[in-house]
Amino acid sequence: MKTICFYFEIHQMFHLKRYRFFDINYDHYYFDDYANESIIEDVVGRSYQPAVDALMEMISKSEGQFKFALGISGVALEMFEMHAPDFIEQLKRLADTGCVEFVAQPYSYGLSSVYDEEGFVSEVKRQSKKIKQLFGKTPTVFANTNMIYSDEIGSMVAEMGYKGVLTEGAKHVLGWKSSHYLYNSSCNPNLSILFRDFKLSDDISLRFSNPDWNEYPLFADRYIGWIDALPQEEQIVNIFMDLSALGVAQPLSSNILEFMKALPACAKEKGITFSTPTEIIKKLKPVSSIDIPYPISWCDEERDLSSWNGNVLQREALDKLYSIAERVHMCSNKLVLQTWDYLQSSDNFHMMSTKNTGVGLDRGIFDSPYDAFTNYMNIIADFISRVNAFYPEGVDNEELNSMTQTIRNQNAEIERLTNELADAQKKLKKLESAAAKADKAAKTAEKKKKAQKTEE
Amino acid sequence: MKVLMFGWEFPPHILGGLGTASYGLTKGMSQQSDMDITFCIPKPWGDEDQSFLKIIGMNSTPVVWRDVDYDYINARIGSYMDPQLYYDLRDHIYADFNYLHTNDLGCIEFSGRYPDNLQEEINNYSIVAGVVARQQQFDIIHSHDWLTYPAGIHAKQVSGKPLVIHVHATDFDRSRGNVNPTVYAIEKNGMDHADHIMCVSELTRQTVINKYHQDPAKVSTVHNAVSPVSQEILDIVPRKNPKEKVVTFLGRITMQKGPEYFVEAAAMVLSRTKHVRFVMAGSGDMMDQMIRLAAERGIADHFHFPGFMRGKQVYEVLKSSDVYVMPSVSEPFGISPLEAMQVSVPTIISKQSGCAEILDKCIKTDYWDIHAMADAMYSICTNDALYNYLCEEGKKEVDAITWDKVGLKVRSIYDQVLSNYRK
Repeated sequence: MKTICFYFEIHQMFHLKRYRFFDINYDHYYFDDYANESIIEDVVGRSYQPAVDALMEMISKSEGQFKFALGISGVALEMFEMHAPDFIEQLKRLADTGCVEFVAQPYSYGLSSVYDEEGFVSEVKRQSKKIKQLFGKTPTVFANTNMIYSDEIGSMVAEMGYKGVLTEGAKHVLGWKSSHYLYNSSCNPNLSILFRDFKLSDDISLRFSNPDWNEYPLFADRYIGWIDALPQEEQIVNIFMDLSALGVAQPLSSNILEFMKALPACAKEKGITFSTPTEIIKKLKPVSSIDIPYPISWCDEERDLSSWNGNVLQREALDKLYSIAERVHMCSNKLVLQTWDYLQSSDNFHMMSTKNTGVGLDRGIFDSPYDAFTNYMNIIADFISRVNAFYPEGVDNEELNSMTQTIRNQNAEIERLTNELADAQKKLKKLESAAAKADKAAKTAEKKKKAQKTEE
Repeated sequence: MKVLMFGWEFPPHILGGLGTASYGLTKGMSQQSDMDITFCIPKPWGDEDQSFLKIIGMNSTPVVWRDVDYDYINARIGSYMDPQLYYDLRDHIYADFNYLHTNDLGCIEFSGRYPDNLQEEINNYSIVAGVVARQQQFDIIHSHDWLTYPAGIHAKQVSGKPLVIHVHATDFDRSRGNVNPTVYAIEKNGMDHADHIMCVSELTRQTVINKYHQDPAKVSTVHNAVSPVSQEILDIVPRKNPKEKVVTFLGRITMQKGPEYFVEAAAMVLSRTKHVRFVMAGSGDMMDQMIRLAAERGIADHFHFPGFMRGKQVYEVLKSSDVYVMPSVSEPFGISPLEAMQVSVPTIISKQSGCAEILDKCIKTDYWDIHAMADAMYSICTNDALYNYLCEEGKKEVDAITWDKVGLKVRSIYDQVLSNYRK
């Protein structure tokens, strides 16, 4: 029996404001509040809200047969808390249907999986915690920023206890293999891998409303027909996309939501079900293991990291940013940690891309990659000096680490000693009271003796 | 195909970008085997490269009949023109110009520059052009810049051949809108008579369409290119102080080039860092004003005015720079950023320059946005990654912009004009 696994991703970055080099060391606020608010309101109103409404309707109409997975980055959640709290409530109602599986992601939607292992692990944990807090579910499956995945990332994810990973069905990795099976990582056999079917995914998220496409207009029955026509042994079809594809990339006027709503009924007719990633992993056994030595992603034709580190500008920005990662991890200043999350967002680096993909790239307020780079580097310069201000000058990270370790140890030592002292005091009190009791008992015994004597 | 070109400057004796562009274009066109170019300039010096075209000196074309000895002619003009051509031209004197001031050869003297009596020189140039047009055989006329438009029109009327004019600049660029009515009249007249108008950028094309009221179908854009730099220039070893960065402005110090924005941006950069020096090379009517402005902003110790640069000196200055800036308020094309990129210097140009249309690997800002300009300068000076990227990619990009491609484009316009002419 065939099953479709839908996965929708939600991420919105914190847009950076125009930050000139004269602002370095004077202005420590880097974000464009107006842009953030207006963009969130726009995307939520135009895409997220109607799309989630449609998904809810699909769940209720199919009586829970329709299921899907959802990944939300931590920064996007923060954004919604600030500018669209209604949407969080809506997501909670969606979570209550029980037909949604929440997927773990890096909190910042950044590239820490490649550049900063320590940060990556803590980020993913923080995002899971936030999901648990808001929606009451703990993710068991992981999907990285932009579906970035490699064996190394797989090892970290497996170590954290995740059972499966969602990633791109990149041609150069799969080769002749089909993405319609469950695979596992050759390094960590317990980690299952679900590969995105980019053809069927992009049919919806990229081409749906394009009148030049030879399949235009696409209807749900035909789409399900394609899936039905797949060989009988190919059991899973992974359709992963950005949630904003429904509404932004494919405008609502193209009736994309009507198309989506028609899918469950058409699927039922053909006996095709819907599953969440965890269900698939539990039900099926991986057919084969796969090696992915170099990172893949779902971006651009290359399906690699070149959208974010393809040119020297991007590499320089990434190097500078992650050069202070260790110090940030040692830091406990909340504002610094928050900014660290926002600055890591992969979109910041995508805006510096000089690749000629033929698809227009939204660079926000920046009119060229150099502009985006200059602005980002100015901000990073200020951020680095802010972070360094917490630590004495001329001390390298290792030394610093041992010093902070000592301080931390000192705290632990003090705590231990106070505990010991409290224990000793308790013991003393006990002994004292015991002694007093004994004293009393002795006195009464004496009195009794005396009384006896007088009686005699 | 035979082309009769009218120009005002030709290397090595040049005063501005017009000469460089004329040279590059003709050289690029001469790559086509059937292209035969005759180039008229007011005053040849004798050291021009004539390997790919023929030069006619307007100061050696007789307009008054004089009986002169062959050897004498050879001694006078032999270094750049065949004496026989003098006699051939003499056979085509078409009116009595004895009232004009002519020399012993019956020729009018030209300064070949932009003197105060420019109007008179333009007029004389056009008179001489009549003789040339009557004697020469050609298929099409090509006039470079407004100084030679009257000559082009004259040649067209005499020969009945189509006229193509090449707009390297308009008076709207030179004057920031305060147009000189005489110049405008000459330009407009030239455009009205032209069968086709080539502009060096889309920016200029729009000016020609909107301010000179030309039919858009008749106006096309032919971007300039650059000639490859010689080995001698590539071998220049720049003198660089590793502790300091140099930001350079190079060009006429005049309103059109926006020098004051450069000074203001420099003041902003220097308020944050002292490791940068600014160089404003060139001369012009606003130079004193700029020196005063630099002093007023208190940056004179880091701001230098080395004066006018020519030939190899230009490249010496460029090569010792870390950033080249062209903040032009209105630049029809602007070839100097391309020259900077050729020697691997990162470039910042204003969005209001024509070359911004074909360059990608450089930073573009609005000329008035001194904050953005200062930010870009600072960024290139402090971020080695950006510096290296712009050096390498910039050179690659500009090396692909060659004159022979431009020559092909011009050729296709010629063909189109000829096939539609008088039909």
